[in-house]
Amino acid sequence: MMCSLALFPPPLPGDGETSHYYSKDEFTTDPSVWFEESHALNLYFPRESLKPHSRPESSSKAAFRDHCETLYTRSAGAWRDAGLSGLLNEIANSSAEVPKWLGVSSRCVLALLQWVSSFHGSLFPHLTLSSEEMTAEFSQVLDWSDCAVRGFAWHPHTQKCAVALLDDSIKIYNPKSSTSPTLKHRLQRSVAALQWKPLCASDLAVACHNCLLVWHVDPTSLSTRYTHTHTHTHTQPHSPQVLPQRFHCSPSRRPSSGCAQVLSHPGHSPVTSVAWSPSGSLLVSASPRDTAMLVWDVAVESCVPLHRVGGGGVTHISWSPDGSRLMAATPSSLFRVWETRMWTCERWPSLKGRCQSGCWSPDGSRLLFTVQGETVIYALTFTDTPGLPLGMSGGPKAATVVADLSETSLDTPDGDTMVGGEIQSLAWDPRGERLAVLLKGDAGAGRPAMIAVFKTQINPAFKLLPCGFVQGEPGTEPRLMQFNPNFRHGAQLTVCWSNGKITHVAFYFMSARVPQPGVGGSPPLPISQGRPADYVNQTLYTELIS
Amino acid sequence: MFSADQRCWFVRKVIFWRAVASIAWSVLLLPPTTALYVVLSRFSLFHPLQWLTECLTVLTSASAIFSFILLCGVVLLVGFFNLEYYSVVPSIACSKIALLGHVLHPRQFFHSLVHCIMGVVVAWCCAVTIGGRYQALGYPCMKDESGPQMCLNENHLVLLLAGAFVGYSHSLLGLVHNMNYISFHTVQQYKYLCFKGTLPLVMRASAVQALYSLRNFLALYFFMGYVPRAWVCRTLDLQVDSSVYSLDCVSGLLDLSLLYQLWISASFLLFTWYITVLLFRIFVTEAYSFPVQPTFQEDAHQCLPEVITGKQPTILKFLALQDLARLSNHCPSRRQEVFSLSQPGGHPLTWTAVNRECLSLLSDLTERLVSHHDNVASNGRTKLQSIGSDKKTSSESSGSSVGLEDIRTPWPSTVLRTPGSVFLRSSVGAGPGGLGTPLTAPFTPDLDSPFTSPALRLLTAPPGPLSPGYSSIQSPHIMRRGPKLWSASPDSQLNGSPPASPASSPAQLERKPSFLVTFLQNRKYQVKQFLAKRVVIMYLFYKLPEASSQALFADSQAHIWALEGLSHLVAASYSEDQYGVVQTTLPSILSAMLMLQEAVDRHFKLPHASSKPGRSSFSMGDSSYKTLRFALRATLKTSIYRITATFGEHLNAVQMSSEHRKRLQNFLEYKE
Repeated sequence: MMCSLALFPPPLPGDGETSHYYSKDEFTTDPSVWFEESHALNLYFPRESLKPHSRPESSSKAAFRDHCETLYTRSAGAWRDAGLSGLLNEIANSSAEVPKWLGVSSRCVLALLQWVSSFHGSLFPHLTLSSEEMTAEFSQVLDWSDCAVRGFAWHPHTQKCAVALLDDSIKIYNPKSSTSPTLKHRLQRSVAALQWKPLCASDLAVACHNCLLVWHVDPTSLSTRYTHTHTHTHTQPHSPQVLPQRFHCSPSRRPSSGCAQVLSHPGHSPVTSVAWSPSGSLLVSASPRDTAMLVWDVAVESCVPLHRVGGGGVTHISWSPDGSRLMAATPSSLFRVWETRMWTCERWPSLKGRCQSGCWSPDGSRLLFTVQGETVIYALTFTDTPGLPLGMSGGPKAATVVADLSETSLDTPDGDTMVGGEIQSLAWDPRGERLAVLLKGDAGAGRPAMIAVFKTQINPAFKLLPCGFVQGEPGTEPRLMQFNPNFRHGAQLTVCWSNGKITHVAFYFMSARVPQPGVGGSPPLPISQGRPADYVNQTLYTELIS
Repeated sequence: MFSADQRCWFVRKVIFWRAVASIAWSVLLLPPTTALYVVLSRFSLFHPLQWLTECLTVLTSASAIFSFILLCGVVLLVGFFNLEYYSVVPSIACSKIALLGHVLHPRQFFHSLVHCIMGVVVAWCCAVTIGGRYQALGYPCMKDESGPQMCLNENHLVLLLAGAFVGYSHSLLGLVHNMNYISFHTVQQYKYLCFKGTLPLVMRASAVQALYSLRNFLALYFFMGYVPRAWVCRTLDLQVDSSVYSLDCVSGLLDLSLLYQLWISASFLLFTWYITVLLFRIFVTEAYSFPVQPTFQEDAHQCLPEVITGKQPTILKFLALQDLARLSNHCPSRRQEVFSLSQPGGHPLTWTAVNRECLSLLSDLTERLVSHHDNVASNGRTKLQSIGSDKKTSSESSGSSVGLEDIRTPWPSTVLRTPGSVFLRSSVGAGPGGLGTPLTAPFTPDLDSPFTSPALRLLTAPPGPLSPGYSSIQSPHIMRRGPKLWSASPDSQLNGSPPASPASSPAQLERKPSFLVTFLQNRKYQVKQFLAKRVVIMYLFYKLPEASSQALFADSQAHIWALEGLSHLVAASYSEDQYGVVQTTLPSILSAMLMLQEAVDRHFKLPHASSKPGRSSFSMGDSSYKTLRFALRATLKTSIYRITATFGEHLNAVQMSSEHRKRLQNFLEYKE
């Protein structure tokens, strides 16, 4: 049996009591932080205070690049930024300075390249997108290009989070310190994803426009203010609040190497996804333009490209929490599941569309994924038999549909509301009790983007029960969500809203891992849900134990 | 005797067969490579049909088959050299003179010579395959007075010489870039996939390297070309055809066809050799799974706890540690075997052996780092007191005593030949030059034994006069080391190097240097002063930056695996260890890791230690050893975090010193 939205309790009208409570007065226009008693970080980044970098790539780049520079410098820069085609473009555009034959020949080669790439692009349509469009297309953030908050990452072990903003800066918040360092770097542009390194206090990997940055944010120096050592060659004016808080690393710890490592690889741009192995040893990065997925040894700054034919790139990657498997989605209707011992992969072709999002159960045995153009959630189950070579063993033969999120109208006191539709992203809480699904919505059809939350149970059988919806203030939509891995009393879902607010929705329950008589073991607390009591006993998806 | 037997076992049964398999594969890959070479070398844009038919006839001709057999022989020989010269610990030359010593070592000389000859053989095969005007060394020509004669075909000669040059430069660059060093990748892949992934890189590397070698060769030939030409003409009694331009002029060398053939041939040569190296690396570094517990008693020497404790050969130890790291991370069933008790007796023998070996590796490294730091710090202190130019001079004197000792050649089957391990031995045994000077010197050449002792004595003094780096250190092991160093210092006295006179440390007052000693000291000083003024000598003895750091961490891959293995096992023991065998050793593991962490932190505060080397691309030499220290630092931190994250507050019940507890608390609060 499969779960569908029709079984959900309808969302409450108006200001979502289903989501969270706060008084509007607490929000000021400044980016500000305060700490509730539950040490949550509610943040607000008004869209207006953030200046996006309006750069339709090449043109603005040309504007920034000083034309007084010699042709050689400019060509070198173009080669670094955009490879061969960039170099040819630069030469072709500066016809006054180069010999005529060089200009003509580079124009010819450029035309040839474009012709070939258009042919290639007809095979893989995503290659015709610009980098920004590509990041927006494949990001897990809904409407990435216009979102004030472009990335959010909880530290896996402490109450600390990093927020990537529209102006390409990253802020780090820690309830224990009153200042929040701001990370800025010349190469930190169009941040698509960020993640803290597990089993480490301070390392933050950032997927940028054409490189990966690994920041070493010294945790002991968070209480003091620093200035960032990197000079900005062509940065935009910052908002005044940000300026005094720029960051650099304490000289005692990293004397000379700077506090950001730049990891780049030719052809690996834009980077849209980045994932640390749960053991903290490896970092995997993916780019929709690069057919290879790169496995980095960050300390050594070396990478191993893992090439596989088909797919045309890698858009989204996600490690299973036990580190044994890795899901890699491609821009075409194919995704792969790698096992990480010998790095072999299983192909999962013949989807209806590309795999949009995926998430692993905490024990790594189950993968849920969604497909673009479909409104269902699929599940793959891996039964691992240790000892056997992986890839042969325990792989599932077929994906099963576990939830149907197609459009339904639900009764609310205000009248019927349409919910459902395509799925933007999935998030599973680290204890495996709640699954949050970010629905894309459709403004034209009157369906707002929304987060639907399921209760889940993994052992002894996989169960999916409806829990409720999470809504923001009227007129706001969720953009991005992540579960807080350090919430002790249940699950805490952090949601970034379209108006630039970041709030935290707590789901209080007793973990089912604690032996607890009775089903569910999740006494609904007033904050989390409107009226889930009627639905507690409904099992909506139960896997048959064979 | 036993260890020799064991070494024979592993090298005979595993390494040898892996090498044979890799050579067999490289021979199997030779036909397609050769075919590709033939196709490329006979390339003609305007006659495609003729081109293809020519290629076919060439490939089936007898001469081609003969040269193919020759090529197979060359590949076999290259494979043999790989097996004989490989090393898992890079040899790092810390100064130019040490590098020179490496190059002039007889073993390396033999290597270069054989590669040079093989280069000629390959070039001859290429010449035969290309045919045309490159076919033979001589051709009949008409001289005006005495009828038909044999004249020298310079094109052929240039090709052969280029082959010799490329072969020699391959050998030389292999030494400089540590091509015989075999690194283990963090990402394990199946051999075929690994090969497939690296193949494009190898192609590019060989093409690029061929270009560079060719450039150097042409420059050399332009200036010195007449020497081999005259020699060949004289010995083979060939004439120089005066109607043809000689090639050692600009117009002669700007022959595009010749350049193309030279480049293609050099690329072909390098490609076949690189492939052999690559396959050898892939085959040898393949993970080997040792049994944790012996099935039969006679196999006991083959199982993990035995193998891991052995020292010989290094590759065996490395593979065993790699296996430990893998099993601790991936295989719950094998982890169980490690935690299990011995059947009669009930002792955790496996765990004890593994734990002891890993801890001794870690403490070795700690010791090494601490003494290196001591030396550097004490040196920095004496520098302040002595005359400015003394830095160079002392480096010179210690370097010269060491220059020859430092020519360490990478014999595969000897002890860990890192400077550090040798250094440790000498610091314990207080070798001929006093406190470990001969071997520390290559990586800290600005260290001189006379200056070592007073400052080291300061270590036992209150922290007031110490350099700022020391003020923060109250670690017990530093204090422990003090007396040992103290006891070592009389040795240096006996060797005629008393404390330097300018040093005004309190220790000076205790001893009055004898007249003879002072005299010798002054002589030495004068000699140094004299030599320091010579630019060449300064150049030769100038310490390469970061080389000392690299040398210290040269074998750190072993430490990385030890750390990973230990931390994963300890973390797994939280839920899997039924008998509590790990629990008893937890304090020692934690303190070993914390001490290492402290030593590593201090090491990274030294100049050059934390500067990253520039990334070298497209080179076959594996430069990963240059960054091993960063990997070690990251792994160390992750390992401690792995333990603290698993045990959490339970660690407060573990016995340890307050110093370590404070450090551990930082880890528990995620503040490191």
